[in-house]
Amino acid sequence: MKSFNGKALFLDRNDINTDEIIPARYLTEITKEALKPYLLEDLSLPGFDSREDVAGKAVIVTRENFGCGSSREHAPWALEVNGINVVIAESFARIFRQNMYNCGMFAIELPKETIAHLFDKYAGKETQITVDVDGNKIILSAGEGTEEIPFSVGGFDKTLVVEGGWVGYADKNY
Amino acid sequence: MGKTLAEKIFDAHRVDMPFPDTHVLKLDRVFCHEITTPIAITDLMARGLDRVFDPEKIKVVIDHVTPAKDSKTAEQGKILRDWARRQDIKDFFDIGRNGVCHAIFPEKGFVRPGFTVIMGDSHTCTHGAFGAFAAGVGTTDLEVGILKGVCAFHFPKTIKVVLEGTMREGVYAKDVILHVIQQLTVNGATNMVIEFTGPVVDAMSMEARMTLCNMAIEAGGTSGVCYPDMTTVEYLWDFIKEEYPSKEAALEDYSQWVSDEDAEYEKVLKIDVSDLEPMVTFGYKPDQVKPVREMEGEKLDQIYIGSCTNGRIEDLRVAAQVLKGQKVSDDVRAIVSPATPNVYKQALKEGIIEIFQDAGFCVTNPTCGACLGMSNGVLAEGEVCASTTNRNFNGRMGKGGMVHLMSPATAAASAIAGKIANSPLYKG
Repeated sequence: MKSFNGKALFLDRNDINTDEIIPARYLTEITKEALKPYLLEDLSLPGFDSREDVAGKAVIVTRENFGCGSSREHAPWALEVNGINVVIAESFARIFRQNMYNCGMFAIELPKETIAHLFDKYAGKETQITVDVDGNKIILSAGEGTEEIPFSVGGFDKTLVVEGGWVGYADKNY
Repeated sequence: MGKTLAEKIFDAHRVDMPFPDTHVLKLDRVFCHEITTPIAITDLMARGLDRVFDPEKIKVVIDHVTPAKDSKTAEQGKILRDWARRQDIKDFFDIGRNGVCHAIFPEKGFVRPGFTVIMGDSHTCTHGAFGAFAAGVGTTDLEVGILKGVCAFHFPKTIKVVLEGTMREGVYAKDVILHVIQQLTVNGATNMVIEFTGPVVDAMSMEARMTLCNMAIEAGGTSGVCYPDMTTVEYLWDFIKEEYPSKEAALEDYSQWVSDEDAEYEKVLKIDVSDLEPMVTFGYKPDQVKPVREMEGEKLDQIYIGSCTNGRIEDLRVAAQVLKGQKVSDDVRAIVSPATPNVYKQALKEGIIEIFQDAGFCVTNPTCGACLGMSNGVLAEGEVCASTTNRNFNGRMGKGGMVHLMSPATAAASAIAGKIANSPLYKG
């Protein structure tokens, strides 16, 4: 199982698409590691600097329809090789969401109000987020105290996270 | 309660339900191209699982960057080519015989009503035009599809889009689907199938139906679908005539792949297309759509006609109708990529290529080309392209570039005007 805790990166926008997460010009790479410098290079978000802001982060918190567009699994891979194994959003595009779980990573959906609360309370602060896999909750802290927020995850998705992805599971079962 | 077409296909293909709402389906087709497949192949090799579930059901093409532009893309092609040979995959379309995946695979008769299809490409939803469930997936799903011939899905709800009325002259399937996406928004169909029905769809060619279904993903849809009918049978007839004694018999068999009248829908969207005008996108999301009329005169640098949305022969015919005897404006450059070798050959035969060349278009080989800015036709920073493709994301066609999505008629008219313009085929 991958690691699901660390510093949070807040991306305050809806509809961040896969071309922004990893532009097509880098899809000629045939190793995941080669994608590392290019994560979020084309993200259209005022004040965002992909080189500086991504470094040292482990969790992304964002708004609605994250990962829309292309089917490229290069998007989760670019996150993974940068040490980001969790994205928390109001909603995801279907293919991106499935790709995350297929790679044994978390795409956690929380209600709009909860996401708004996370932005209000934590964005701009150095925030640590841990996913409690057994407890189906995320634990946040920024300075003093911690906050726990439960989330729901389907049995299949949870199994993929615990077993490390879909290829191993499918090979064993089908 | 009746069933939707997608539910019927799920019921006919389900091999397992390991968890509630996890439906493992057996696959009739696994399509592969050189961008998303090589990492699946190398991962299978690394796991000691370098085999395929059925070489007959796997179809492979090099289409995104062809011919290879550098050592990296040459390597991608090589991994795919070596694998296809090693696994005895007969339907591998190498450089020279290749075309855009979602144009060449239908042309070869690979998709049939009731099929399940996956590919590591989000525009796989195109193949739903044949009454199939066709979904874009990532490389891991593709890898499992190659190895085991299965893929897991949540049960998709269906949005029914009923297209009524009569399209005005000079209004096309592309204008309709842009309007539909505007109505649904970019995530209005997430985790759902979009079913296109009604008299307007009934009257459409397979090419036009593919244009509709192609952009289902731009509203977040898992697959687009149309009901199979005599138009479907006619399109497929050369490939199925050994299977059925007559076209009527084929139609009767295929008629099981329609939704029941009392099927349950998430939403029904009725659209009368009679007043619809040619449409164009104005922002960086495919649901940001306006009538061309409101965008006329907007600056352009490049025109691109091609792609899995609008690179088929019908599209080239319409563009040529607009371009005949005209010249591309000195203010812009224009590129056309016929989607497949057959489209190219037919366009040559009909004098369409000559019209494009006389107008001043660059005619490329069949390829995905400029659409996603990883091959030819890339925009410079700050440049704008009028394009018949399907995605207008920021930087899609090149870093800092902008794309306006439109029909081939509008693109051709815009090439002549050197700025966004309505086509003379549209009488208003």
